[in-house]
Amino acid sequence: MEDKPRLLSIFNVLSLLLLGVATWMSLYYAPQEAVMGDVQRIFYFHVSAGWVGMFSFFVAVIAGIALLVTKDRRFDVVGMAAVELGLVYILINIITGSIWARPVWNTWWTWDPRLVTATIMELVYLAYIMLRQGIEDPDRRARFGAVYAIVGFISVPLTFLSIRFSRTIHPVIIGANDPSAKGTFDMVGDMKTTFFFSLFTFTILGVTLLWHRIRLGLFAEKVEQLKMKVLS
Amino acid sequence: MAHDIKAASQTVTSRPSYLRSLGAIVWKDLAAELRSRELLSSMLVFAMLVILIFNFALELNANERANVSAGVLWVTFAFAGTLGLNRSMAVEKDRGCLDGLLLAPVDRSAIYFGKMIANLAFMLMVEAIVLPIYSILYNVNLFQPVLLAIILLGSVGYVAVGTLLASMAVQARTRDVLLPILLFPVVLPILISAVKASGKILAAEAMNDIWPFINLLISYDMIFIAVAMIVFDFVVEE
Repeated sequence: MEDKPRLLSIFNVLSLLLLGVATWMSLYYAPQEAVMGDVQRIFYFHVSAGWVGMFSFFVAVIAGIALLVTKDRRFDVVGMAAVELGLVYILINIITGSIWARPVWNTWWTWDPRLVTATIMELVYLAYIMLRQGIEDPDRRARFGAVYAIVGFISVPLTFLSIRFSRTIHPVIIGANDPSAKGTFDMVGDMKTTFFFSLFTFTILGVTLLWHRIRLGLFAEKVEQLKMKVLS
Repeated sequence: MAHDIKAASQTVTSRPSYLRSLGAIVWKDLAAELRSRELLSSMLVFAMLVILIFNFALELNANERANVSAGVLWVTFAFAGTLGLNRSMAVEKDRGCLDGLLLAPVDRSAIYFGKMIANLAFMLMVEAIVLPIYSILYNVNLFQPVLLAIILLGSVGYVAVGTLLASMAVQARTRDVLLPILLFPVVLPILISAVKASGKILAAEAMNDIWPFINLLISYDMIFIAVAMIVFDFVVEE
């Protein structure tokens, strides 16, 4: 069994440090938002978690395409790892959003395009995991997983587009803003710093966790092979 | 005799034309169904039951009917559709027919389109019976050309994704419960646009409001058919 790569150890320590600093920054360093008050501070981790979640699903679809093209089963391990990571992060994204929405929108939940799309995304990738659990043959499991990851990844933005036709109240902080959005604000200097810092933190954390999960998957695969060797 | 030999050697050297193999696959499914009628009858009875349950669940009185008709219809089609898709793929798998199909010297996409067109035919047949019955039971006129076009477009998208996912689901251990779980989150954009468009038609809204949804449906159909056609090879590969 190969040793833990040096870089991964560095990433472990780095993620821990960055997470500590990002927590401090979003709680103390960033200025208080004038209208919403302290609850706005959840925004830094909310958006960052959403970004890592989306990025993970993107990694999963790239791994899926790579698997179908190269037939290299290691890409399947990457895909599975990315989907699991994405599921956790989008769940964090939904929960933090809900906590923020309670005081700002006066409800835990509303059928807004982004909220629905995030939920559908969770459901698509939960279905992905259930599909994999139902198939024993590892090669077929890898292929089906890849195909479903691709189809699901295409479907999610279309769902968003379909619901977008009805009006949205979710704030758009970066880029064009819709005056009907509730709970929007302009980011001032220190807020921006905090925001981009937590985005960076979560990206590093995401990469670290993904790496660990891929290593675990490869080990599991090796254990499986050894088991077969012993049994045969 | 000489003619036969010539024809036989032709099939060995060159594949049968794409359209002919496609037609043969569709015809095989339709002929099997015409003889057994197990798929259509179960889909139909199931669809009727769903409508009956909705009647009590939603208290479909005259005022509410107009608003919920589109939703009730699409939920019925979607549920009956999964039943048909599952069955149509399960018979192929259980009796080893899928292997036979794969051995045939035809393009894999012809198998996909053949199964898809057959599934679409079953779904349209069910819809063709459900629509008049629903119209009579609830006294709504569902026979409007634009509504029928929307139902056709929605069904095409539904079976395009459904055929692909059903061919994966039947190869899994948990296949009966798996197909709806795989299919519904992915087919959602089609269902959303179809329900919205049908609802607007039934509410007699202006065509200007309906066109965007029809355009969406057309583009979704094309996207899903293209993707399913590309990845189907990997699903049936052994």
